[in-house]
Amino acid sequence: MAEPIEKISLIVSKGTLDGVYPGLIMGNGARMEGIATSLFFTFFGLDAIVDKRMDKITVPTIGNTAMRLPGGFKMPTWLGAIPGMSAFASVMMKKEIEAIDIPPVREFIEMISDSGAEIYACKAAMDMFHLTKEDLCPQVSEILTIGEFYEKSAGAQIIFT
Amino acid sequence: MSTIEVNGKMLDLDPDGNLLNTSDWNEDVALAFAKSEEIEELNDRHWVVINYMRKQYEEKGDAPSIRKLTKESGVDTKELYAIFPKGPAKKAAKISGLPKPKGCI
Repeated sequence: MAEPIEKISLIVSKGTLDGVYPGLIMGNGARMEGIATSLFFTFFGLDAIVDKRMDKITVPTIGNTAMRLPGGFKMPTWLGAIPGMSAFASVMMKKEIEAIDIPPVREFIEMISDSGAEIYACKAAMDMFHLTKEDLCPQVSEILTIGEFYEKSAGAQIIFT
Repeated sequence: MSTIEVNGKMLDLDPDGNLLNTSDWNEDVALAFAKSEEIEELNDRHWVVINYMRKQYEEKGDAPSIRKLTKESGVDTKELYAIFPKGPAKKAAKISGLPKPKGCI
Protein backbone atom coordinates (compact mmCIF):
# COMPACT_ATOMS: atom_id res chain seq x y z
CA MET A 1 0.00 0.00 0.00
CA ALA A 2 1.18 3.56 -0.70
CA GLU A 3 2.43 5.62 2.23
CA PRO A 4 -0.29 7.78 3.82
CA ILE A 5 0.09 11.57 3.58
CA GLU A 6 1.49 12.90 6.86
CA LYS A 7 2.03 16.60 6.22
CA ILE A 8 0.68 19.19 3.79
CA SER A 9 1.26 22.86 3.05
CA LEU A 10 -1.58 24.61 1.30
CA ILE A 11 -1.01 27.86 -0.55
CA VAL A 12 -4.06 30.10 -0.91
CA SER A 13 -3.39 32.72 -3.56
CA LYS A 14 -6.83 33.95 -4.58
CA GLY A 15 -9.16 36.27 -2.72
CA THR A 16 -12.52 35.23 -4.18
CA LEU A 17 -15.02 32.97 -2.45
CA ASP A 18 -14.22 30.13 -4.85
CA GLY A 19 -10.52 30.90 -4.49
CA VAL A 20 -10.46 30.79 -0.70
CA TYR A 21 -12.79 27.94 0.25
CA PRO A 22 -11.05 25.01 -1.44
CA GLY A 23 -7.89 25.67 0.58
CA LEU A 24 -9.86 26.04 3.82
CA ILE A 25 -11.87 22.88 3.23
CA MET A 26 -8.79 20.87 2.29
CA GLY A 27 -6.88 22.24 5.28
CA ASN A 28 -9.64 21.44 7.74
CA GLY A 29 -10.17 18.03 6.13
CA ALA A 30 -6.47 17.28 6.46
CA ARG A 31 -6.53 18.03 10.19
CA MET A 32 -9.59 15.81 10.55
CA GLU A 33 -7.48 12.99 9.10
CA GLY A 34 -4.67 13.74 11.54
CA ILE A 35 -2.40 15.24 8.85
CA ALA A 36 -0.01 18.00 9.98
CA THR A 37 -1.24 21.07 8.12
CA SER A 38 -0.18 24.60 7.33
CA LEU A 39 -1.89 27.23 5.22
CA PHE A 40 0.16 29.95 3.54
CA PHE A 41 -1.82 32.97 2.33
CA THR A 42 -0.32 35.02 -0.46
CA PHE A 43 -1.35 37.66 -3.01
CA PHE A 44 -5.10 38.28 -2.94
CA GLY A 45 -5.52 35.15 -0.84
CA LEU A 46 -4.36 37.36 2.05
CA ASP A 47 -7.86 38.84 2.15
CA ALA A 48 -9.01 35.66 3.92
CA ILE A 49 -6.81 36.49 6.92
CA VAL A 50 -7.00 40.31 6.84
CA ASP A 51 -9.25 41.14 9.76
CA LYS A 52 -11.22 43.89 7.98
CA ARG A 53 -11.65 41.93 4.74
CA MET A 54 -12.25 38.33 5.73
CA ASP A 55 -15.99 38.81 6.25
CA LYS A 56 -16.35 40.41 2.83
CA ILE A 57 -15.07 37.72 0.48
CA THR A 58 -17.21 37.59 -2.68
CA VAL A 59 -17.64 35.54 -5.83
CA PRO A 60 -16.87 37.28 -9.15
CA THR A 61 -19.65 37.24 -11.73
CA ILE A 62 -17.50 38.75 -14.50
CA GLY A 63 -15.35 36.42 -16.53
CA ASN A 64 -16.84 33.33 -14.95
CA THR A 65 -18.41 31.33 -17.77
CA ALA A 66 -19.39 28.50 -15.44
CA MET A 67 -21.70 30.78 -13.42
CA ARG A 68 -25.26 29.53 -13.20
CA LEU A 69 -28.50 31.14 -12.14
CA PRO A 70 -30.74 29.62 -9.47
CA GLY A 71 -32.45 26.74 -11.29
CA GLY A 72 -29.27 25.68 -13.03
CA PHE A 73 -29.41 27.79 -16.22
CA LYS A 74 -26.14 29.22 -17.46
CA MET A 75 -25.89 32.91 -16.65
CA PRO A 76 -25.26 35.06 -19.75
CA THR A 77 -21.83 36.59 -19.11
CA TRP A 78 -23.02 40.16 -19.80
CA LEU A 79 -25.47 39.83 -16.90
CA GLY A 80 -22.52 39.52 -14.55
CA ALA A 81 -21.52 43.10 -15.32
CA ILE A 82 -24.71 44.59 -13.91
CA PRO A 83 -23.93 46.50 -10.68
CA GLY A 84 -24.81 44.42 -7.65
CA MET A 85 -24.64 41.06 -9.43
CA SER A 86 -21.49 39.95 -7.64
CA ALA A 87 -22.96 40.92 -4.27
CA PHE A 88 -26.18 39.09 -5.10
CA ALA A 89 -24.37 35.96 -6.27
CA SER A 90 -22.21 36.06 -3.14
CA VAL A 91 -25.21 36.17 -0.83
CA MET A 92 -26.75 33.23 -2.68
CA MET A 93 -23.56 31.22 -2.57
CA LYS A 94 -22.92 31.92 1.11
CA LYS A 95 -26.40 30.61 1.84
CA GLU A 96 -25.61 27.37 0.03
CA ILE A 97 -22.29 27.09 1.85
CA GLU A 98 -24.00 27.56 5.22
CA ALA A 99 -26.66 25.03 4.26
CA ILE A 100 -24.08 22.25 3.97
CA ASP A 101 -22.60 23.28 7.33
CA ILE A 102 -19.44 24.94 6.01
CA PRO A 103 -18.66 27.93 8.25
CA PRO A 104 -18.10 31.54 7.12
CA VAL A 105 -14.43 32.43 6.47
CA ARG A 106 -13.70 33.93 9.91
CA GLU A 107 -15.20 31.02 11.82
CA PHE A 108 -13.49 28.56 9.47
CA ILE A 109 -10.07 30.15 10.08
CA GLU A 110 -10.68 29.95 13.86
CA MET A 111 -11.75 26.32 13.56
CA ILE A 112 -8.70 25.39 11.46
CA SER A 113 -6.38 27.20 13.85
CA ASP A 114 -7.98 25.49 16.86
CA SER A 115 -7.51 22.14 15.15
CA GLY A 116 -3.76 22.71 15.38
CA ALA A 117 -3.00 23.89 11.84
CA GLU A 118 -0.49 26.72 11.34
CA ILE A 119 -1.62 29.83 9.48
CA TYR A 120 1.01 31.93 7.73
CA ALA A 121 1.04 35.14 5.71
CA CYS A 122 3.40 35.76 2.79
CA LYS A 123 5.96 38.51 3.47
CA ALA A 124 6.28 39.66 -0.14
CA ALA A 125 2.52 39.97 -0.59
CA MET A 126 2.18 41.78 2.76
CA ASP A 127 4.81 44.31 1.66
CA MET A 128 3.24 44.71 -1.75
CA PHE A 129 -0.19 45.48 -0.29
CA HIS A 130 1.29 47.64 2.54
CA LEU A 131 -0.10 45.36 5.22
CA THR A 132 1.33 44.78 8.70
CA LYS A 133 0.80 42.09 11.37
CA GLU A 134 -1.84 44.37 12.99
CA ASP A 135 -4.01 44.07 9.88
CA LEU A 136 -4.20 40.30 10.20
CA CYS A 137 -6.58 38.18 12.24
CA PRO A 138 -5.13 36.84 15.53
CA GLN A 139 -4.95 33.24 14.25
CA VAL A 140 -2.01 34.04 11.94
CA SER A 141 1.06 32.59 13.64
CA GLU A 142 3.79 34.15 11.49
CA ILE A 143 4.66 36.20 8.44
CA LEU A 144 7.06 34.12 6.36
CA THR A 145 9.46 34.76 3.52
CA ILE A 146 9.23 32.19 0.76
CA GLY A 147 12.45 30.61 2.00
CA GLU A 148 11.01 30.18 5.48
CA PHE A 149 7.87 28.72 3.95
CA TYR A 150 9.92 26.03 2.21
CA GLU A 151 11.88 25.34 5.41
CA LYS A 152 8.65 24.85 7.37
CA SER A 153 7.27 22.68 4.58
CA ALA A 154 10.08 20.13 4.90
CA GLY A 155 8.60 16.69 4.29
CA ALA A 156 5.22 18.12 3.29
CA GLN A 157 3.24 17.90 0.09
CA ILE A 158 2.74 21.44 -1.20
CA ILE A 159 -0.61 22.24 -2.78
CA PHE A 160 -1.22 25.52 -4.62
CA THR A 161 -4.77 26.82 -4.80
CA MET B 1 -14.74 -9.99 7.30
CA SER B 2 -12.69 -8.68 10.21
CA THR B 3 -13.97 -8.73 13.74
CA ILE B 4 -13.29 -7.22 17.16
CA GLU B 5 -13.41 -9.32 20.30
CA VAL B 6 -15.22 -7.83 23.27
CA ASN B 7 -15.92 -9.87 26.41
CA GLY B 8 -15.41 -13.09 24.48
CA LYS B 9 -17.84 -12.11 21.73
CA MET B 10 -16.69 -11.60 18.15
CA LEU B 11 -18.34 -8.54 16.58
CA ASP B 12 -18.33 -7.97 12.81
CA LEU B 13 -16.64 -4.89 11.36
CA ASP B 14 -17.29 -3.02 8.11
CA PRO B 15 -14.49 -2.44 5.54
CA ASP B 16 -13.41 0.75 7.39
CA GLY B 17 -12.96 -1.22 10.59
CA ASN B 18 -16.05 0.32 12.21
CA LEU B 19 -18.79 -1.71 13.85
CA LEU B 20 -21.02 -3.34 11.21
CA ASN B 21 -24.15 -3.46 13.39
CA THR B 22 -24.54 -0.35 15.53
CA SER B 23 -26.79 -2.39 17.83
CA ASP B 24 -23.76 -4.48 18.90
CA TRP B 25 -22.41 -1.41 20.67
CA ASN B 26 -22.07 -1.01 24.41
CA GLU B 27 -19.63 0.73 26.75
CA ASP B 28 -17.18 -2.16 26.69
CA VAL B 29 -17.16 -2.04 22.88
CA ALA B 30 -16.39 1.67 23.07
CA LEU B 31 -13.47 0.96 25.36
CA ALA B 32 -12.14 -1.79 23.08
CA PHE B 33 -12.24 0.56 20.07
CA ALA B 34 -10.64 3.37 22.10
CA LYS B 35 -7.74 1.06 23.00
CA SER B 36 -7.31 0.11 19.34
CA GLU B 37 -7.07 3.86 18.58
CA GLU B 38 -4.47 4.37 21.31
CA ILE B 39 -6.84 6.14 23.67
CA GLU B 40 -6.24 4.33 26.96
CA GLU B 41 -9.17 5.66 28.95
CA LEU B 42 -12.51 7.24 28.19
CA ASN B 43 -13.22 10.14 30.53
CA ASP B 44 -16.34 12.30 31.03
CA ARG B 45 -15.46 14.51 28.08
CA HIS B 46 -15.07 11.56 25.73
CA TRP B 47 -18.49 10.37 26.84
CA VAL B 48 -20.05 13.77 26.16
CA VAL B 49 -18.86 13.42 22.56
CA ILE B 50 -19.79 9.75 22.23
CA ASN B 51 -23.30 10.25 23.61
CA TYR B 52 -23.86 13.29 21.40
CA MET B 53 -22.68 11.41 18.32
CA ARG B 54 -24.90 8.42 18.98
CA LYS B 55 -27.90 10.66 19.57
CA GLN B 56 -27.25 12.56 16.33
CA TYR B 57 -26.82 9.33 14.41
CA GLU B 58 -30.09 7.97 15.74
CA GLU B 59 -31.91 11.15 14.73
CA LYS B 60 -30.20 11.99 11.42
CA GLY B 61 -28.69 8.74 10.16
CA ASP B 62 -25.18 10.19 9.90
CA ALA B 63 -22.53 11.33 12.34
CA PRO B 64 -22.47 15.14 12.85
CA SER B 65 -19.87 17.43 11.27
CA ILE B 66 -17.06 18.66 13.52
CA ARG B 67 -18.62 22.11 13.38
CA LYS B 68 -21.98 20.87 14.61
CA LEU B 69 -20.33 18.62 17.14
CA THR B 70 -18.28 21.40 18.71
CA LYS B 71 -21.17 23.87 18.66
CA GLU B 72 -23.72 21.58 20.23
CA SER B 73 -21.86 19.13 22.45
CA GLY B 74 -20.03 21.75 24.55
CA VAL B 75 -16.63 20.23 23.69
CA ASP B 76 -14.78 22.84 21.60
CA THR B 77 -12.46 22.23 18.64
CA LYS B 78 -9.22 22.43 20.64
CA GLU B 79 -10.44 20.00 23.27
CA LEU B 80 -11.89 17.65 20.66
CA TYR B 81 -8.52 17.37 18.90
CA ALA B 82 -6.82 16.94 22.27
CA ILE B 83 -9.00 14.08 23.51
CA PHE B 84 -9.29 12.33 20.12
CA PRO B 85 -5.83 12.96 18.70
CA LYS B 86 -5.20 12.42 14.98
CA GLY B 87 -8.62 12.55 13.39
CA PRO B 88 -11.36 13.35 15.92
CA ALA B 89 -14.47 12.84 13.77
CA LYS B 90 -13.42 9.46 12.44
CA LYS B 91 -12.13 8.18 15.77
CA ALA B 92 -15.11 9.40 17.75
CA ALA B 93 -17.46 7.74 15.24
CA LYS B 94 -15.57 4.45 15.47
CA ILE B 95 -15.56 4.45 19.28
CA SER B 96 -19.25 5.37 19.27
CA GLY B 97 -19.97 2.27 17.20
CA LEU B 98 -21.02 4.28 14.12
CA PRO B 99 -19.88 4.09 10.49
CA LYS B 100 -17.26 6.54 9.20
CA PRO B 101 -18.86 10.03 8.82
CA LYS B 102 -19.85 10.91 5.26
CA GLY B 103 -19.41 14.70 5.46
CA CYS B 104 -16.33 16.72 4.40
CA ILE B 105 -16.38 19.20 7.27
